[in-house]
Amino acid sequence: MRLATTNRTIPGASTTRARSGRRPRVQWKAYLYVLPAFVVFAVFLGIPVVQTAQYSLFEWNGIGPSTWVGLQNYVALFTDVKLRDSFLHAGVMIFFYSVVPVTLALVLTAVISRAAHLRGMSVFRTLLFLPQVVSSVVVATTWISIYSPEGLANQVLRAIGLGSITRAWLGDFDTALPAIGLIGSWLGIGLCLVLFLSGVANIPRELFEAARMDGAGALREFFGITLPALRGQIAVALTLTVVAALKTFDLVYVTTRGGPGNSTSLPAFEAYNRAFTTGQVGSAAAVAIGLSVLILVITAVIQKIQPEDVE
Amino acid sequence: MIRHPKKLTVALAAAVAIALTLSACAPGSSATTTGSTGPVSKDVAGAGKVSITVWDQNTDGGIDVAQKKLNAQFEKKYPNVTIDRVSRSFADLKTTLKLALTSKDAPDVVQANQGYPDMGAFVGGGLLRPVDDYSTLYGWDKYFPKQLLDLNTFSANGKDWQTGHLYGVSQTGEIVGVYYNKKILSSLGLTPPKTIGDFETDLAAVKKAGILPIAYGDVEKSPGIHLYGVVQAAIAGSKAVNNLVRAKSGAWTDTSSVEAATILTNWVDKGYLTPDANGISRDDALAAFMAGKAAFTITGTWQLQTVTEGLGADAGFLALGPNGSTTPVTTGGEGLAWAMTSATKHPDVAAAYIDFVSNAKASQVLVDTGNLPTVPPADWAPAKGTLAADVASEWKRVNASSGLVPYLDYSTPTFYDTLTAAVQELTAGKATPQQFATTLQADYAAFTGR
Repeated sequence: MRLATTNRTIPGASTTRARSGRRPRVQWKAYLYVLPAFVVFAVFLGIPVVQTAQYSLFEWNGIGPSTWVGLQNYVALFTDVKLRDSFLHAGVMIFFYSVVPVTLALVLTAVISRAAHLRGMSVFRTLLFLPQVVSSVVVATTWISIYSPEGLANQVLRAIGLGSITRAWLGDFDTALPAIGLIGSWLGIGLCLVLFLSGVANIPRELFEAARMDGAGALREFFGITLPALRGQIAVALTLTVVAALKTFDLVYVTTRGGPGNSTSLPAFEAYNRAFTTGQVGSAAAVAIGLSVLILVITAVIQKIQPEDVE
Repeated sequence: MIRHPKKLTVALAAAVAIALTLSACAPGSSATTTGSTGPVSKDVAGAGKVSITVWDQNTDGGIDVAQKKLNAQFEKKYPNVTIDRVSRSFADLKTTLKLALTSKDAPDVVQANQGYPDMGAFVGGGLLRPVDDYSTLYGWDKYFPKQLLDLNTFSANGKDWQTGHLYGVSQTGEIVGVYYNKKILSSLGLTPPKTIGDFETDLAAVKKAGILPIAYGDVEKSPGIHLYGVVQAAIAGSKAVNNLVRAKSGAWTDTSSVEAATILTNWVDKGYLTPDANGISRDDALAAFMAGKAAFTITGTWQLQTVTEGLGADAGFLALGPNGSTTPVTTGGEGLAWAMTSATKHPDVAAAYIDFVSNAKASQVLVDTGNLPTVPPADWAPAKGTLAADVASEWKRVNASSGLVPYLDYSTPTFYDTLTAAVQELTAGKATPQQFATTLQADYAAFTGR
């Protein structure tokens, strides 16, 4: 799903750029074709976004009268410790959801691309991609049992003589957030690897052969050929994983509900919780808008590493 | 994929501009005051062919069976009425009821949770119809104990709890108390505790014998309310805690509340609670208790059926009292209130339904299906020595002595979040009892303004 969307967006974006140079006459008929899609967009996305922006300027419990508070809800994103922490936690999530899987996938890609033909490659690809296909609630429930005091993680630690560090991983203030982050790493690595391997497949084999003939080692080959060639894929992988990190809700909702204390609260979870359980609709809307802006900014920055001529 | 930063700015600016124009009409209705409600009657047949929509949270085994039975009986008695039942789990009801009540086709009867976060907000928004007139008509004011009616009472603006108008009646009763393993206690020569002091003595003895005193799991965050609530009730007494939760008087930084927190910290330090409790689920803790791995566990009477099946005759239930007292004081209350919405077009039918599912006849149905009704039938006497007998007698005792303390999360709209997180911090040693109290008081002060 996600892959398909991205692939569609890239050519689309570059077409717009090409056309804007020519400045054609406005063809009003053309807008008719866009109309159905635009109506759907406006009703299900446009209006709610505007409404959310409106709510964010009020203090409102969702029922009674509301009070105009201006930008106070946005100021609270920086001053309210709980909200500020949730955004900081999102930063930690980005590390686990993006940096870790992209790095690991690059290493794996380097290794795999050296091997000329790996037997059963498609099987490995499918297996690694599987976490992306499994429903996130199933993923979270499985990991709850892995992280539980008598779970797989602790069993393994005891088996290798590390019984002293076993704990309830999701119940400990210091380990709960990284524990959830690692689930994200596990989720993302297959996606990144599949992306990168398909990118490597597009690199002309002659380049590698030439490099090898010139005596380049594995490292040289990787940094000289593979990495530059994968810029586009890396940008896509980063975009997808960073967005996934920032909008993480399901894992936290199922595993810890933001606990212990507030050590795993994330912006998306805060937005939900404030809107639906604690009756702070205005604040929830401000968190949602703040999060959306953050995602837009970060993805815009990531686009900078995208090479100009991907087609 | 943002290619045109300028366009983005323009779009954002446009959105803000639209938002600003919209800000002229603020979201939410201005509070509607409930006007005169007209004469009321018990006549249901005269309403003609009608259907009423009912939202309940009776999804669990026994209570679901009871509700289906009651609905069928009601439709049989009044063939002109059709009941459209919408049944949601507590959590789902809590998150969706607000939207349902404010929608154009709101339900007629809903189960509303007590306290400021839910019922207070609904009443303040003019979404519920006061039922004082029906209370007199059907005699609810005489049938239900006052302290239980009070829990469903609010001032018309939703700002003062337990005073003003009645907004509903409840079907079931519930208290949080101490389940104990009779076998473990007798093997150690201990008697079931009566006061919080006795309890601590027993805890020490059980620990000394190498058995886990209290099975406790708090990964879901809500059991923390019960653990702290039971201790606080026994330390501070029912009056002080009632006034605190009702936002009448007192502060969370009062000595008794801090003392209760200190007791919990001591329990953690001495190893009385399951280690790493923040990572243990409620069900796992209960399972450990039922497997005989712990002498006690603290939870509500809603687990009666489960514990009976799991531990059988070895299980007992009790409510603790303050030191030197013979009457119990504990967290508890009643099931969600059956309330009537202001949107209902058939208030007489709705009232008849509310009465039908909560009156003495309904009580018998509830008892038969393994539930604890608000007012148990006078002749209800479960077999002596069973867990059901303990639950029945403790419920009667707590009611007789007005020893009920409401759930602490009723205190403010955000208190559930604040309290559950704070208890996790307290039991993990991340916050001192004083810091714990200060955290709670900050939330409380922001809501009550004192």
